Order: sequence, then C-alpha cells, then structure tokens
Amino acid sequence: MSRNIHPDNLFSLNNRVDSKDGRLVLANMIWVIFALFIGGAAGLLQTLVRSGMFELPFGIGYYQLLTLHGVILALVLTFFFIMGFQIAALSKTAGALNRTERRLGWIGFWLMSAGTLVAAVMIATNEASVLYTFYAPLQAHAFYYIALAVIIVGTWCSVAGQLMRYIRWKREFRGHKTPLLSYMASINNVMWLVCTIGVAASVIFQYIPWSLGLTDRINVSLSRTLFWMFGHALVYFWLLPAYMAWYAVLPKVLGTEGFSDSLARLSFVLFLFFSIPVGIHHQLTEPGIDAFWKGLQVVLTFAVIVPSLMTAFSLFAVFETHGRQMGATGLLDWFKKLPWKDARFVLPFLGMLFFIPGGIGGIINASGQMNQLVHNTIWVVGHFHITVGAPVILTYFGIMMFLLPHITGTRITKQLNNMGLYLGYTWTFGMGLMSAAMHFAGLRGAPRRSTYSEYGGAGIADEWITYQILQAVGGTFLFVAIIIAVLLFIQLMTGPKTNVPEEFPVAPMMDQNAPVTKWLENWRLLIIITVFLVLIAYTVPITQMFTENIPGAHGYKLW
Amino acid sequence: MHKFEKIWMSIGTGSLILFLVILGVSAVHAGHTPAASGIETIHPDYVRDDNRFSEPGLYESSEEGYDYDLYYVASAFRYEPAEVEVPQGSRVRMQVVTTDVVHGFQVVNTNINMMVEPGLVSTYGTNFNTVGEYLVICNEYCGVGHTDMTSVIKVVPEEGDAEDE
Repeated sequence: MSRNIHPDNLFSLNNRVDSKDGRLVLANMIWVIFALFIGGAAGLLQTLVRSGMFELPFGIGYYQLLTLHGVILALVLTFFFIMGFQIAALSKTAGALNRTERRLGWIGFWLMSAGTLVAAVMIATNEASVLYTFYAPLQAHAFYYIALAVIIVGTWCSVAGQLMRYIRWKREFRGHKTPLLSYMASINNVMWLVCTIGVAASVIFQYIPWSLGLTDRINVSLSRTLFWMFGHALVYFWLLPAYMAWYAVLPKVLGTEGFSDSLARLSFVLFLFFSIPVGIHHQLTEPGIDAFWKGLQVVLTFAVIVPSLMTAFSLFAVFETHGRQMGATGLLDWFKKLPWKDARFVLPFLGMLFFIPGGIGGIINASGQMNQLVHNTIWVVGHFHITVGAPVILTYFGIMMFLLPHITGTRITKQLNNMGLYLGYTWTFGMGLMSAAMHFAGLRGAPRRSTYSEYGGAGIADEWITYQILQAVGGTFLFVAIIIAVLLFIQLMTGPKTNVPEEFPVAPMMDQNAPVTKWLENWRLLIIITVFLVLIAYTVPITQMFTENIPGAHGYKLW
Repeated sequence: MHKFEKIWMSIGTGSLILFLVILGVSAVHAGHTPAASGIETIHPDYVRDDNRFSEPGLYESSEEGYDYDLYYVASAFRYEPAEVEVPQGSRVRMQVVTTDVVHGFQVVNTNINMMVEPGLVSTYGTNFNTVGEYLVICNEYCGVGHTDMTSVIKVVPEEGDAEDE
C-alpha cells in the first residue's frame, strides 16, 4: 500500500499519485482556487481605487483590502499549493504516503485552514489592517498574529509528513539517488523549516505577548529583521516548486529528457544555501544595521544568480534538444518546434519570459545604490508581480492543468486545453500592462502601499495617476484571466472519468544513470552549511539589536 | 559539464563578479553606502527633548563636510517642517526621526529615500544642486492618513546669485 517505488521503476507510467494522497492534494488545491478568486478580486478593486475613478463601498478600507490581498495570495494560496503539489510529487515519485505521513498532511491542512479563517475574520472586521508584513508598531488584534502562527505551524506539520516520506525511501534504497522531484521537495522543505524559525520566534516572543498587553513595548528593528530572514526565503519557497516543474516535468511534456540530474540537484542546493542569509537586502535603507552587514548580505543575495543561470541554461538546452529531435535546423529554428498549442507548456513558458525582466529588476533592487531610488516605490510591486505573479503562478496553473485531472481520474480535453491557452495569454497581457506601468511610475517616485492621492495637487503626483489608470486596465484583464482560471480548474476536476486519466509527466534526465553525487545527498552537511551561512550573516546584526539598547515602541492602531 | 555550459556560466559568473566589484568600489570609495546605516538611538517618547528635533528645520551644520543639517520629525500623519527652503548647492546632512510608527521618508525625484523607525535616527547626506520644489512623501504604510503625509523642500538660488540678477 505505502511501499517505496523501486529505483529501477521510477519512470513507470503505473506510478500514480495514490488515491488517498490525492484527496489530500485536492483539498489543498481547492483552497488555491478559492484564494485565487478572493485575492484577485481584492487586487482588481485596489487598481480601480488607485485609478481615482472608483471608491470602495460599505466602508471597506483600501489598506484592509491590501492586507487581504497580501495574506490570501502571498501566504494562503502559495502555502496550500506548495503543500499540495509537493505531496503529489512525493506520492508519484517516491511512493504513497503511509498513515502517519498522510495524517500529518491532514493535520497541517486543517491547521492552515483554521488559521486562514481566523485571519480572514480579523481582516474583515478591520482589526488587522497592518498588511501581510505586519510591521510593528502598528498593532493588530492578537488573534491575527496567532492565526498567522497557526498557519505556519500547519505548514510544519505537512512538511514533517513529507520529509518522513522522503526519508523512508532513502532508508530502503541506501546509496541510490533519491527520486529527483522528492529530493527537490525536500530541499524546499528544509529551507522552509530553517527560515520560518525567525518569523516564528518574532511572532511568539514579540508580537503575541505585545498584542495581548503582556509586554508594553516591542523592539521594532528586531521584529523587522526576523521577519525578513523569513521574508526573502519565502520568495524562493514559492519559486522552487515552479523550478521542480521546469526541471523535471516540462521535458516530459515535450517528450524528451531533462538536461542534467546532478546540475538540477546542485542548483537546488545553492538555492537552499543562499535563500536565507539575504533578508537584509529588504532593509537596505533602514537604520539600526551597519553598512558592512548590509553589504555582506547584498553579496550573498547575488550568489543566487549562479543557480538561476544554471536553470536557464538547462531549460533552453532541453528546448533546443527537443527542437532538433523534431528536425529543426539552423540557429533558432528549434524555437518554432516547441509545443505552442499545449497549455501545460505554454503557461510555464510565458512565465519564463517574464522572468527575464523579473531577474534584471531583482538585481537592481538588491544592489544598494540602485535600491536607494526604487525602495518602497511601486516599482517593487511591479517587480514581484512579474516574479511571483507571473513565472510562479503561471507555472502553478500549468501544474494544475495536469494534476487536477490526474487525481480526479479525468483528462484535459481540447476545449480545456484551449481555455488554458486563453488563460495564459490574457494573464500575460494584463500582467504585462500592469507591471510595466508600475515599473515606470515607480521610477518617477510613486510610492507602494498607498491609496489614491493627489498629494496636494503636486505636479509629479498627477503624472503618477496616468500610470495608475493603466494599472487598472491591466488589473481588469488579470481578473478576467482569473475567472477563466477558476472555471477551467472546476471543469478539470469535474470532467467525465476515464480509465486512462491524465498523466503526471516526470522526465528522466540525460545523465540519469550517472553515479550519485554523494555530498548532494548528505543532508547533515547541507543543513550545517545552511545554518552556518545564516549565523555568519545574522549573528552580529541581531546581537547589536539587543546590545545597543534601542528603545522599544508602544503599539498603535492608526486605521 | 557541457562546453557551452562552461562558456555560459563563465560569462555569467564573470559579469556577476565585475558587478559586485563596481558596487563595492562605489560603496567604499565613492561613499555610496546604503542610507540610514548605523545605529543612533533616540527614545520615541522623548523626541522633542532632543535639541535637534524640538523645532525641526534647516540649521547650519557643525559637521565637517556639510553646510547644513536638515531635521525632520515624522508622525502620523504629518512631517515637520511642512515646508523648508534650502540654498542651491548646499551639502546637507538630513536626519529624520519618528514619534510613533514606521514611516518611509522619500523626497521625490532625488535619491533621498530611507526608512524611519521608532527608537532610531535615520541619517543621509546629500547635495541639493538643482533649483526646484521637491515633494516629500511617506512611502511606508503608517495608517489611514498615510498619503496625507507631505512636505516640500524648496531649493532656492543662493542669495548672492539673486542679487546679481
């Protein structure tokens, strides 16, 4: 029932996501669809407000809506998707979860659901309009922080179940390469466990006692630093599941092999190392941190360029290999041979295109000098909408295209495939327009996290409003795309059942039979290096926040 | 490793190192370190007891390398001073503090952009070379009146120049 898949049998088409695991995956995915709709609607309303042509009804506040948008999309949607997809990937490549592992998955699911509902009530009653970053000393209701903590604990339970499943495979087949997707999911899970320690400590020891009135004041610098220790790793936590699909799923969709198994593992290990000791690049313009430590974390931030380039290389190597197998000649003819009619390919591919300006923007944001100009402007909002809001989410959509019917025992029909294509192109157009307008407005100084304002009739603010109208047009297209997505996902789950359900594509790699690279499977070593880098980057800055006697701050409710 | 991969990774890593060297030289040699770096504490409840912030505004600087000190107090939802004149060409040390929550001190169309956090003084040195009116806004969410926080820095021609005209 819950046996490990034999190493010789990893790519058998008989390997399917176990039906009991499938129910757990599906439960997570239903939250994704729900969160997408609610969060998308909030986003649309925000762009409309900022266009200056629309006012929110029923006394809803702009910042209340912004908090909802952030929490439901950046945390809820992504967490449920990642847990669901990783459980599916483990069940498919390592074998079905056993009773304990699956139970942990369900406990995680229910904790995350309960936390989400309580947080939603706090936001709806305007007790928590502090945004998803919950910067102190703005003080939300204690239940808001408790709810967020419960969501994080929920992910820990689910992650624990997943890691147990991975370890069980590794124990039985000692000395073998662990299945690539299960390895990647485990890297992401270990990264998650390490990075959430910071934010969990901040919420448990700072925010909750302070919002309950047990402590009077809060150390603001410390709370922000602990938040960002988690906050930047969070973006890689979103991204790595998309990379899992790019490395291991897409080659199979193309009908070819992946580029390199050891390269894929090495790039994931580098992401593990360089995702966490970099959070201070979000705090470059903050007091309380010495320039040296800011500079050090900038350098560590840029280290992720190496695995990013490795990923780009191996993806395009696969695309070109595929094209040449299809008879492409010349320099770029292979590009035409890509499956442009297959939504499972087109959705992630459109996302990859966004990642080119997205990556360049990231380099700009992380370099101290250029960050000075764009920090906290709407440029940054444009940046993360073409990273998490395009490559990541479009790949999630591409995964859901096959994963939902794989689990429910149905197939992608031609019509549903076409819907997927419409979804991709509508999303791309809307996001392209909105994010371009955000980038340009940001370069002209327009701030992020701000409602519509004419700033006392200042000429420059008038210039921003033109861009904000463009953002509203882009936002409207995005909402249309979301409606398409919701209808598509519902149909993918409820289509007629078949005997040969949709495949969960997993490709072998060109070097599949190469011997195992020992240190890449040495988890003790990987964890030691990860923690060591975190200690180097954070020990002194955090110690200073205690030793320099920075006065604490009272809580404020200013909304 | 494939030959093309070696070439690709060498060019990529090489340009990354070059880029980091440029950042480093710019930071250390040209003084372009991130704004507000360093730790100077101030109690948020007693900001006004500090001479600099009892009546914030433009004062002659006693610091070497600066002509003026420009002090700002940020609070929900206003900046003090609400308007200030700065002579063109002056080298100014800006210091900003908050009496309540976190604010984002941004002077639009300039490089002046830094966080202001309770308990700490944010400092940034800059030159005002171009005459004009510069809008000061808050770029960190601070509450319902967040977008009402504004001030204006007027960079005016030096008095000597005005007499010449």
